[in-house]
Amino acid sequence: MKQKLKSYNSQTYLAYALIAPAALYIVLIVAWPLLETIRLSFTNSSLAGEDYVGFENYQKMLSSKKFNGIVTRTFVWMFFSVSLKLIIGLIGAVLLNANLKGRSIFRVLVMPPWVVPIAIGMLGWLWLYNGYFGIIAGVGMRTGILDGPFGFLAYKQSAFISTIIADVWVGTPMVTVFFLAAMQGVPRDLYEAAYCDGASRWDRFFKITLPQITPVIITMSLLSAIWTFNSFEIIWILTEGGPRGATTTLIIDTYKQALGNYKFGRGAARAVVVMILLTLFAGFYLALLARINKKISHE
Amino acid sequence: MNKYNTFEKIFIYSGILIFMTFILLPFVEMFYASLRPLDHLFRSPYQFYSDDLSFWAYREMWNTVPMLGRYIFNSFFLATSVAVITLIFVIPAAYSYARFKFPAKNTSLYVLLAINMFSGAVLLIPLYKVLRTFGLLNSYQAMIVPGVAFLIPTSIWLLKSYFEKIPIDLEEAAFVDGASRVQILRHIIAPLSTPGLVVVGIYAFIGAYAQQFLFAITFNQKKEYMPIPSGLYEFIGYQSVKWNEMMAASLVGIAPVLLVFIFLQKYIVEGLTAGAVKN
Repeated sequence: MKQKLKSYNSQTYLAYALIAPAALYIVLIVAWPLLETIRLSFTNSSLAGEDYVGFENYQKMLSSKKFNGIVTRTFVWMFFSVSLKLIIGLIGAVLLNANLKGRSIFRVLVMPPWVVPIAIGMLGWLWLYNGYFGIIAGVGMRTGILDGPFGFLAYKQSAFISTIIADVWVGTPMVTVFFLAAMQGVPRDLYEAAYCDGASRWDRFFKITLPQITPVIITMSLLSAIWTFNSFEIIWILTEGGPRGATTTLIIDTYKQALGNYKFGRGAARAVVVMILLTLFAGFYLALLARINKKISHE
Repeated sequence: MNKYNTFEKIFIYSGILIFMTFILLPFVEMFYASLRPLDHLFRSPYQFYSDDLSFWAYREMWNTVPMLGRYIFNSFFLATSVAVITLIFVIPAAYSYARFKFPAKNTSLYVLLAINMFSGAVLLIPLYKVLRTFGLLNSYQAMIVPGVAFLIPTSIWLLKSYFEKIPIDLEEAAFVDGASRVQILRHIIAPLSTPGLVVVGIYAFIGAYAQQFLFAITFNQKKEYMPIPSGLYEFIGYQSVKWNEMMAASLVGIAPVLLVFIFLQKYIVEGLTAGAVKN
């Protein structure tokens, strides 16, 4: 019987055969294009054809002041967006974790920005940000903060901030829901023991909840850094990277170079930079995940 | 210990109110704008009150956006196709990961996670060239083919965890009693994994619905294949946007996903957070 069971569970060829279709699909549509992007980055590929040009695309890109500005801007944009998502998400999760009436409804109501296609949500934000007729400018004008119509997406600084806020809006639900799930996974008896010892609500949060959910907080910071770095639709629909490049992040610049100007080679060089950065993030994330898993299996 | 005094209650509820305003204001304002006549919308500064609310925009939008019906159909068709094709690829792979031990199992699972982190934007150039070579630009396939690739990794992880919940003893017992693999699949695995399949299918559907922009604006210029997001995006460039109708069309376009989500949110949220939180 053992023999027979073994033949049921350890058929490596069957295991591989079942995975093969999905693996092949990924190789064709993701892995091969990644390699092809690297190859293209060494050519001057365009709709007309391509020639090998060595490191020319990279040299031009790295020596351009504009490109360095874009990299810095990408990280500043990311930093503010991710921090805000984490802070607002944590506060949201604490509020929705309170044992009060209606919390199950609120938990459902947090999710729409994540569920709805980003592009549609951004059509809504375009209207909110409208300088003459939008509600935000309206509130500003009526309270006297603004002394007239103000196009939030028309000025460098305000466009930068406005795109961050829209990105935070899209990303916060996911962060909130993960934090909330983590908070509910904290063992009840820890709180009960602390309560008996006379710990205040505040103490219980900082001494129990926060340390207990730290792994999830770290995981979510990395994941939202990756998602934020990849964010394309939000900026593209709100500003297309403008005004005068003020919201052009690496992803937007890659897209513009490649498919706005059909300079595939230059676009590919930018895509390779994006790939390298993403690989770093992903490496961090996976190493962290492996470490957390190891810790759990040791306990 | 779970009792709050009145002051704490007021504090928490006002916090929730502010938080929810941020999350829901765009939707509320979209809905409100869709009910107001255009000349009320085009008053500066913003007017909070309209006495003239009606569903007029929901009738008129079909004339302003002549292909709207087609866009809605396309969105549905694309999301359904992507979800179904994803499942076809994912079911055997997820089962294999849940049940078999084989070399490179964990490594390949982590590679799948890593793939998830690459946005489509990095791959656009070669994909554009491939689709052009095969004559697939400006077609449904141009959006379905890359769409599926980006849903496979998460779907495998999700479905794997559902398969793992089916006790292996059941299968082994049946196998020892002489049941064939196909019989086991039909009589044990299929019925027990149906809830998991439904959740993963819906996850893929929502994901496919959400991703209908980048691939759609890059690989498809033909109006008859456009999904709602790229179809409506075209109208934003116009000199005077009829915002009430645009908002009405947007809301009609997202209603299906929202409804699906509201009915099944419990399972989706549980499924998505389970992995991250337990790990």
